[in-house]
Amino acid sequence: MSTLAAILRFELLLAWRRRSALATTLGFFVIVASLFPLALGADPKLLRLIGAGVVWVAALLATLLGLARLFAADHEDGTLEQLRLAPLPLPLAVMAKLAAHWLLTAVPLCLAAPILGLQYGLSQGAIGVLVAGLLLGTPVLCLVGAVGAALTLGLRASGVLVPVIVLPLEVPVLIMGAGAVEAQASGLGAGPWLSLLAALFIVFLVAAPSVIAFALRISSE
Amino acid sequence: MPVFWTSVGDFLAMGGYGVYVWGAYGVTTLAVLAEVMALRGRARRSGPLTRRADEAHRS
Amino acid sequence: MATSTAARSMLFRYASPATFYPLAGRLWPWFAAAAVVLALAGLAIGLLVAPTDATQGDAYRIIFIHVPAAWMSMFIYLVMAFYAVLTLGFNTRLSAMMMRSLAPTGAMFTFVALWTGALWGKPTWGTWWVWDARLTSELILFFLYLGFIALQSAIDDTRRADRAGALVALVGAVNVPIIYFSVKWWNTLHQGASVSLTRAPSMARDMLLGMLLMAIACWMYSIAVALVRVRALIVERERDAAWLREAGAAD
Repeated sequence: MSTLAAILRFELLLAWRRRSALATTLGFFVIVASLFPLALGADPKLLRLIGAGVVWVAALLATLLGLARLFAADHEDGTLEQLRLAPLPLPLAVMAKLAAHWLLTAVPLCLAAPILGLQYGLSQGAIGVLVAGLLLGTPVLCLVGAVGAALTLGLRASGVLVPVIVLPLEVPVLIMGAGAVEAQASGLGAGPWLSLLAALFIVFLVAAPSVIAFALRISSE
Repeated sequence: MPVFWTSVGDFLAMGGYGVYVWGAYGVTTLAVLAEVMALRGRARRSGPLTRRADEAHRS
Repeated sequence: MATSTAARSMLFRYASPATFYPLAGRLWPWFAAAAVVLALAGLAIGLLVAPTDATQGDAYRIIFIHVPAAWMSMFIYLVMAFYAVLTLGFNTRLSAMMMRSLAPTGAMFTFVALWTGALWGKPTWGTWWVWDARLTSELILFFLYLGFIALQSAIDDTRRADRAGALVALVGAVNVPIIYFSVKWWNTLHQGASVSLTRAPSMARDMLLGMLLMAIACWMYSIAVALVRVRALIVERERDAAWLREAGAAD
């Protein structure tokens, strides 16, 4: 347990030293979401309709940014090798790493989302559902993305490969997250959608770290 | 089994849906041909090896 | 007991690329011939003999390729997932090569299913495309095939390429039902796009026969193409193996 905490603390520290990279992810998220009104026109009714979807797509793309390099540095300097040999099971180490990654890249997105929601004229209730969905959904995006990152470790084309592999697998999260906001707006209640998202979150939280660890083994053999 | 059509023109027109029907069958044929040609090209590139592999089992 | 050991030893014998190579070479012409004959028969019935559909007119003749292609696209992905399990579980080389040689054919059938579906949808529903659960899942299946092929061809080390591809194929196979149901539920939210795809099975006997023949022809085609491709893969990968080198020395 203490090793786990140590990895988490270490990763947070490392990421904090590279905080300009974190700001880039957040900036990307805000910029992408701000492009849509410019392309589609500023009709408030239209913006309210597409707001949640746009924020979700932007979040999906933003989480992809840092992922391709998630394990790269550890792979190059041999840390990954050390982690594989450490007494701590690799899936747990992976989980600690991803937790740090999520805290530093995805949580800022979730905090910035309400501002974007206001830009799109979403109601307060809709914004609440949007943030709740993002908090449940972004960990899944990180976990799925990490599978892609682990499989493409050390490949020259990994920057292009990760999105191609990962995006189709992330479709359910997108549908459920945006669906929750839409269901809330249409008066149906977001409960079922958020429950589905929570179920997906739990399933991935349990299954994905082992899959990621396995993928890392395949890639670094 | 009797042929349903009374003339070649009718057959090609497909009751007014000719563009759709022949568009579907044409592109499918192209896709299959592309795959077969790609495979033949691949076999030709490794031709000497293929011959060697086939002979390895004949003897 | 004795039979199971014999069966297993035979299985392992043919799981070796060196022994499977000539077997595949003997088998594929038969599958190819069967595919041609069955496809010609199926097309003759579907395009020449079967009568016009009362409700859809002649546009329905597209389903003679659309439905078999859609079946194949899903079935080939399942077979790939099966070979992926073998690859990861038993570390067999041949299963990985089979998985790899099926992928382009699966992607081809997925493309054909999408294309013919659009051409069927336009005259029948009045639109090229609907974001319905089946169509959307088929589109995402196409992306999954592309991702698999892209990953495999980006990795030079064959063992890593096999195992990474197998893992992606498996993760994709687990995801397909999740995708299907999430799109389905999403669709109930957007009632504008509801088009009933399930129609009464009032197909004439000739139509059913034509579709069945085409479906079997697609099967035979897939097997023949996969066998030819696996032979090419075996030759490319085993060029330094003893059974190929010795044959070269005999030249």
